[in-house]
Amino acid sequence: MPKTISAIEGVILDERTVVTVTELTRVCGVSLEQVSSMVSEGMLHPLGGAPEHWRFTGIEVRRTRRALRLQQDLELNLAGAALALDLLDEVEQLRSRVRCLEHQLGALSDAEGPG
Amino acid sequence: MEYKDYYKILGVSRDAKADQIKAAYRKLARKYHPDVSKEPNAEERFKEVNEANEVLKDSEKRAQYDALGSGWHAGDNFRPPPGAGARGAAGRGYEFSEEEAAQFSDFFSSIFGGMGGGRGGRSSGFGNAGMNADPFAARGRDQTARIRISLEEAYQGGTRQLRLEVPEIDAQGQVKTRIRTLNVRIPAGVTEGQQIRLAGQGSAGGGSASQSSSAGDLFLEVELEPHAVFRSEGKDIHLKLPIAPWEAARGATVPVPTLGGTVSLKIPAGSQSGQRLRLKGRGLPGKPAGDAFVQLEISNPPADSDEARAAFDALAEHFKSFNPRAKLGV
Repeated sequence: MPKTISAIEGVILDERTVVTVTELTRVCGVSLEQVSSMVSEGMLHPLGGAPEHWRFTGIEVRRTRRALRLQQDLELNLAGAALALDLLDEVEQLRSRVRCLEHQLGALSDAEGPG
Repeated sequence: MEYKDYYKILGVSRDAKADQIKAAYRKLARKYHPDVSKEPNAEERFKEVNEANEVLKDSEKRAQYDALGSGWHAGDNFRPPPGAGARGAAGRGYEFSEEEAAQFSDFFSSIFGGMGGGRGGRSSGFGNAGMNADPFAARGRDQTARIRISLEEAYQGGTRQLRLEVPEIDAQGQVKTRIRTLNVRIPAGVTEGQQIRLAGQGSAGGGSASQSSSAGDLFLEVELEPHAVFRSEGKDIHLKLPIAPWEAARGATVPVPTLGGTVSLKIPAGSQSGQRLRLKGRGLPGKPAGDAFVQLEISNPPADSDEARAAFDALAEHFKSFNPRAKLGV
């Protein structure tokens, strides 16, 4: 069944995209219990007080999917997945910082002279 | 099809014990997990490692694989022995869900069979939503693909044609790859590593026709191509701006390239190399838009003629008491 579509519009999963807890469970294929335990573990930081009013950003949709994959594929427990997520976030930030700094450093040439 | 050396893939010997196989698999799974690894072929390697583990961790499958003999080398042209893989034949058919079977190679399915009943169970691979709350929903698999775009495209947005490989199970139960083309709108202001969700554009739902099953989602992960002039960090853009010594000393208004076109920048008098100036809102678009950070870099004109050298001499004469290294104590 080939799909020929003019141009599909996607949603950027960033801080401006906000989903309800029901949408999060549907998009990520998780149960409410799993979401709750990820919130208790400090992996997700929903807006809104009671679980039924929770709202999540697109960043957290991505975090949820990532956490699930890591848990399944590497057989991590929740705390392990939480640690991996935090470290991966940090690595990404550092990589992007390094790219920028390398750009600013400029070319290297060997010094000449009596020393 | 190509013979796959599962022992070599996991880096273990043919007589490796179960715990050695497990340890080797775990290590490689962590190394090549697409969420962790930045290696360009991580996803492919991860699938391969999973497939090798799928066979070697199971004593029955391992024995069946070993029965092919040890004379094979990775990449050899392999023809499955008669009876292998055929469902029911010699009672050797394994049952995999379509989702699982689609992860495996032709080589794998030629030996262990293609799909059987819709057996549930965990499967691995990038873009697998898995853990469906409703086991009968048989929602299609989510897919994740990387998309490499230029910084200009990220700034302006645009339409990109994607070619996705879609594994499918044919009537014979063999895994076939179909190319699916789709045009995707790239929203303006995407940043490195960001994901774009295309609802319902993942794999088609499984299950029988009577079950209404929806397709999974497609997640595109953005990768920005390195740019000759700019570097991005989130929504911010960085660039180095060469200026003449007199522009730095006396101040000047100079043109600066930005993703949105050339703008004028006022260089304050007494500026130095390495100093950074911010052009608010001149980064990637958004709410708020990113900023452009301009790092000044003093560029000297070449002293390649007597007149040019004389000009530098005059400068040196005038600033006789200036020691740029005073702070270094030399």
